[in-house]
Amino acid sequence: MKKMLVAAVSRVLSGVSQKPASRVLVASCNYSNDATFEIKKCDLHHLEEGPPVTAVLTRQDGLKYYKTMQTIRRMELKADQLYKQKFIRGFCHLCDGQEACYVGLEAGVNPTDHIITSYRSHGFCYTRGLSIRSILAELTGRKGGCAKGKGGSMHMYCKNFYGGNGIVGAQGPLGAGISLASKYKGSNEICLTVYGDGAANQGQIAEAYNMAALWKLPCIFICENNRYGMGTAITRAAASIDYYKRGNFMPGLKVDGMDVLCVREATKFAADYCRSGKGPIVMELQTYRYHGHSMSDPGVSYRTREEIQNVRGKSDPIMLLQDKIVNSHLASVEELKEIDVEVRKEIDDAAEFATTDPEPALEEIAHHIYSDNPPFEVRGANQWVKFKSIS
Amino acid sequence: MAGVSGLVRRPLQQVSGLLRRRFHQTAPAALQVTVREALNQGMDEELERDEKVFLLGEEVAQYDGAYKVSRGLWKKYGDKRIIDTPISEMGFAGIAVGAAMAGLRPICEFMTFNFSMQAIDQVINSAAKTYYMSGVAAQHSQCFAAWYGHCPGLKVVSPWNSEDAKGLIKSAIRDNNPVVMLENELMYGVPFELPPEAQSKDFLIPIGKAKIERPGTHITVVAHSRPVGHCLEAATVLSKEGIECEVINMRTIRPMDIETIEASVMKTNHLITVEGGWPQFGVGAEICARIMEGPAFNFLDAPAVRVTGADVPMPYAKILEDNSVPQVKDIIFAIKKTLNV
Repeated sequence: MKKMLVAAVSRVLSGVSQKPASRVLVASCNYSNDATFEIKKCDLHHLEEGPPVTAVLTRQDGLKYYKTMQTIRRMELKADQLYKQKFIRGFCHLCDGQEACYVGLEAGVNPTDHIITSYRSHGFCYTRGLSIRSILAELTGRKGGCAKGKGGSMHMYCKNFYGGNGIVGAQGPLGAGISLASKYKGSNEICLTVYGDGAANQGQIAEAYNMAALWKLPCIFICENNRYGMGTAITRAAASIDYYKRGNFMPGLKVDGMDVLCVREATKFAADYCRSGKGPIVMELQTYRYHGHSMSDPGVSYRTREEIQNVRGKSDPIMLLQDKIVNSHLASVEELKEIDVEVRKEIDDAAEFATTDPEPALEEIAHHIYSDNPPFEVRGANQWVKFKSIS
Repeated sequence: MAGVSGLVRRPLQQVSGLLRRRFHQTAPAALQVTVREALNQGMDEELERDEKVFLLGEEVAQYDGAYKVSRGLWKKYGDKRIIDTPISEMGFAGIAVGAAMAGLRPICEFMTFNFSMQAIDQVINSAAKTYYMSGVAAQHSQCFAAWYGHCPGLKVVSPWNSEDAKGLIKSAIRDNNPVVMLENELMYGVPFELPPEAQSKDFLIPIGKAKIERPGTHITVVAHSRPVGHCLEAATVLSKEGIECEVINMRTIRPMDIETIEASVMKTNHLITVEGGWPQFGVGAEICARIMEGPAFNFLDAPAVRVTGADVPMPYAKILEDNSVPQVKDIIFAIKKTLNV
């Protein structure tokens, strides 16, 4: 009770709410601190027991997950808009629909753990700590972008987040290598190595599985199964679509990737498994992307609009969380709407920055080719055009 | 002392230390060390110096290395630091890159560079993007200097003798960037004198600097890796005829030390390049292009000439193989043609 009053008072003092203080205090008394939900049981492979079938959601976490998912959603939609307005060029792969994966995975590990993923990386960029401004400005190729405008959509990095990889499946062995470094240093950190249903058919993924299992590396291999590898449905690409079993000798979990709590509990389970030194484990997240493969793909030549609408109507991850929060009185619809307004404003501000920040200076074109190197000269388009390269 | 091999390295150092104390006027002895031993020493020293350094590759541990380059290292450092991998080049190259991104200093060995092609994506797309170190590898039948030298973000070194091998591998390990080291397996068993300064644990050869192996006045002869030896042989033969060749050992392919080559050409007025790789889009082609672009062009009295491997896939029959790689006679012929003698 006291906690809620304190929370309510601090909200009022922070000036977020425009309502008179008394009304807010009365309203917050009706909220619960936490609620317990039943979550879908995970299919198991080579495991006696799996993650729990119930999950506790606190009010604080509920609001946090909601805000984060909504932010990712709005950010991706803004990117769509900016792309159509030609502020963003080149490749742009959006992840709206898959928000519960990013938020749930992040909730199941520590910030000191490591994550590496594919080109569909914007969701992780945000959950791993990059600001919306720095992400959008990177997409628009400005100097305020997290890679100073030189990377673009597929090459954004921050501490303990290794991108963003353009080559399908390359992140498999890279992630195994990161987890090897953790084991080598004795750090108790794990690596989430995320790849898609398309990449699951890469030979190098099988090589990474083999070495990770052989050397008991603390690596969770996570297959984001959104049913389509570019335009190819999983049944047309894989002899076995049980991606959680594709690790063969490695244990695996099939997880409902549209339910943030299911993802969180499965991640905690998998993380404990890895940290105990038993070796790697595979997680398949069953999820869905609303957009096509990339901005150049309308996404309806290989699937029906009905299918997309169906998922939106029945399994949208933000809607599912909202229902949980509201129906169990963790927060009110109005509170969530306020969050929506906040998020929209943050995204709009970031987009404003991303469209007005200047591009990187031409002089910087050759910087950061090498690390810790004395400056040297780099040839331009002909022998008279020279650039300076600084580390 | 000169005849003692590098395998007896530790006792020898104690003895030579003794010599230095008692007979301080005697210069420390130079040592005969094969290229293989020099690489082994270089890696051993760096493994000892920095616990983040480790070696992975096929047969590098219990087999002592397919070419015995890593002999003794597994016995000394154990499973954690000397890792045998399955036959999964793309996989373990990626693992090496990932480990480096997470702060370790892996030495990733490809048994032959042909096998590295399966992993070329990880070397070029994953490695050249990020700051880390990679790359000890053996050359097989084909010279990859031009392939890897093409790529910004990589450093590429090509040792000829033991001193080169040791100094360059140590520099490569300590460099915070991906380095591809092109070893020539035919050189592993060849002994060279290792001068005293090269016997030190801190002996490094700077990446990006060529060495003038033999000064001369009539023509500049630029080579890398095994052909450097052939060039020196050719120079010895020609010296008897009064032709003095300046032989330059490139040591580094990228970043190339064009300044040393230019200074030499401005002195000798003639240039030939020698490499084991194929002629098209190769190291020699790059040198010639850069000479044309720079101050040395006006000093050339004749067009620059390239001596290269034949433009054929490597054949098997001995006579064919012998004629597919540049030989001493080919180098002599090219020099005389250039000098018009």
